[in-house]
Amino acid sequence: MAENMNLPADNTAKGQGQPGKDRLVEVKHLKKYFNVRSGVLKAVDDVSFDICRGETLGLVGESGCGKTTCGRTLLGIYEATGGDVFFEGNNTSTMNKQLKKDFKRNAQIIFQDPYASLNPRMTVSDIIAEGMDIHGLYMHKERQERIYEMLNLVSLNKEHAGRFPHEFSGGQRQRIGIARALAINPKFIVCDEPISALDVSIQAQIVNLLIKLQGELNLTYLFIAHDLSMVKHISDRVGVMYLGCLIELATSAELYKNPLHPYTQALLSAIPIPDPEAEKNKQRVVLEGDIPSPINPEPGCRFRSRCRYAKAVCSEKRPELKEVGPGHFVSCHLY
Amino acid sequence: MIKEYEQELFEVVGYDKEVADAIVRPNITYWKDAWRRLRKNKVAIFSMVTLLVIGLSCILIPILSRVDYTGQNVAMTHLKPGSQHWFGTDELGRDVFVRLWMGGRVSILIGLLGAVVSLVFGTLYGGISGYFGGLIDDIMMRIVEVIVGIPYMIVVILVSISLGKGLPSLIIALCITSWTGLARLVRGQVLQLKENEYVLASKALGASPMRIILKHLLPNTMSVIIVNTTFQIPGFMFAEAFLSFIGLGVQPPYTSWGAMAALGQQQMSYYPHELLFPAVAISLTMLTFNLLGDGLRDALDPKLRQ
Repeated sequence: MAENMNLPADNTAKGQGQPGKDRLVEVKHLKKYFNVRSGVLKAVDDVSFDICRGETLGLVGESGCGKTTCGRTLLGIYEATGGDVFFEGNNTSTMNKQLKKDFKRNAQIIFQDPYASLNPRMTVSDIIAEGMDIHGLYMHKERQERIYEMLNLVSLNKEHAGRFPHEFSGGQRQRIGIARALAINPKFIVCDEPISALDVSIQAQIVNLLIKLQGELNLTYLFIAHDLSMVKHISDRVGVMYLGCLIELATSAELYKNPLHPYTQALLSAIPIPDPEAEKNKQRVVLEGDIPSPINPEPGCRFRSRCRYAKAVCSEKRPELKEVGPGHFVSCHLY
Repeated sequence: MIKEYEQELFEVVGYDKEVADAIVRPNITYWKDAWRRLRKNKVAIFSMVTLLVIGLSCILIPILSRVDYTGQNVAMTHLKPGSQHWFGTDELGRDVFVRLWMGGRVSILIGLLGAVVSLVFGTLYGGISGYFGGLIDDIMMRIVEVIVGIPYMIVVILVSISLGKGLPSLIIALCITSWTGLARLVRGQVLQLKENEYVLASKALGASPMRIILKHLLPNTMSVIIVNTTFQIPGFMFAEAFLSFIGLGVQPPYTSWGAMAALGQQQMSYYPHELLFPAVAISLTMLTFNLLGDGLRDALDPKLRQ
């Protein structure tokens, strides 16, 4: 296949993550294309990464770069165009019915918009219990107790159980969304920009809740966001996406200290520093032009149209994601 | 200058978490809220009461009355409304008052049956078509278009030819054609709703398509379904009246408002009351259903009201 010319070698996904920890989720060459009127929209194009048990992998990138699609495709909400997702070593696209059901129970998602993610016609207890009802986990009295337990876990009251979503504030709704995801004891949660729709005081509340729950329940997160400082705070490792591709992946300390990809450098230089003097003297890397359309992208490096280091090879060959330092992966012809 | 305050002046009062998160407003469900809005609409409430009176009369009066609606009396034809025959008699001396309520039964039966068929079948059909989308949606919608393309009259005539004229043919024809409008409407709503994050959340929890359609999509279309049905019922009743008027519907000795109007129309110049009563019954029912539909639309979907 001609398409395979651009694919990185199969072993790039290996050796990621911290040593000594087992991998809970392995994403290999995941692709999600949408057919649109003017061609093929490559929302996620050949993304590979691992997530270890108990860690938080942050995923950052600007709007429309495929972060959300990546998270949803990983969970099977969208059907992947290509590539595989392994959960606890099992391939999610070929697993049998029972394993698939287990996967659905073990991998959950928290959404961005707390106003759209709760069904306005259902009471809070029915929303939280939905997963239990689907999987037949808790019945009758246990179900009620479990609902109260979940409400308590996310710092809501028992009396909230009979209420409808419109009676709650954004932060409370987000906590209901978290309770729904946690009610069926998942191991892995995709946090799809869970704080972007909330105001700043509530953001801290939700992030602290997520961190607290991770410690208590030994959860693994894929934390999708565009707030770079928040991602740094919560993540063990951070991946940077640009136009459907994963361009850099490193531990969060390493990435913020030593960004290698020109795009990551530009992205990190945009973080405001809470010190007027330092902010004034900061060297900001400003990118020229707009983000190109992900519809029918040209071959080669996706970033080359805005990259000041672009060379001839960048328009010919798509750079592979290669390990340039211990645990530091970058996809750029400079390295 | 900023005044210095002593630490001792301040006292930590703290706050009660339970109180902070408590919701003061009483628990009002969507339906309670809609009912509260509907109650404020006098026209809608008046229409609802009128419809209830008409409905109860149709059920009770033929049972309670001592007069048989088929009973003929050739000696007392074309009587004017009076104390013995409240609405007078027709050309065969039958009591118009009792016949009117008897005919109303047919109208209401047709109206409700059409509503139930379109509600159950149309809603599920539209829900499935909209949810699955793609090829399934294409095929299902083409089928709807074929059915919509055949005029209702032709369906009635075709069914009448094979099964004979009368109420059963009318009902079958109605069942074949009534659900298409609602199916299209529900499909459109579902197409819009299925992208909502709560549907994706349900999918992520492992819900089956049927569960998503029944638990998430249809309850959120309910207001549209109810309003549409209220507007459809008078349509079905009118279709029945019209078909009976031209002789394709209910056959004697049974009667309906349309059939009575057809009989009355022949005597219109001399005995106008024989046309008047069924005509008023048809008009009043149509009008009240439409006014109630308007009220329901405003009550169930306040966003639509300008």
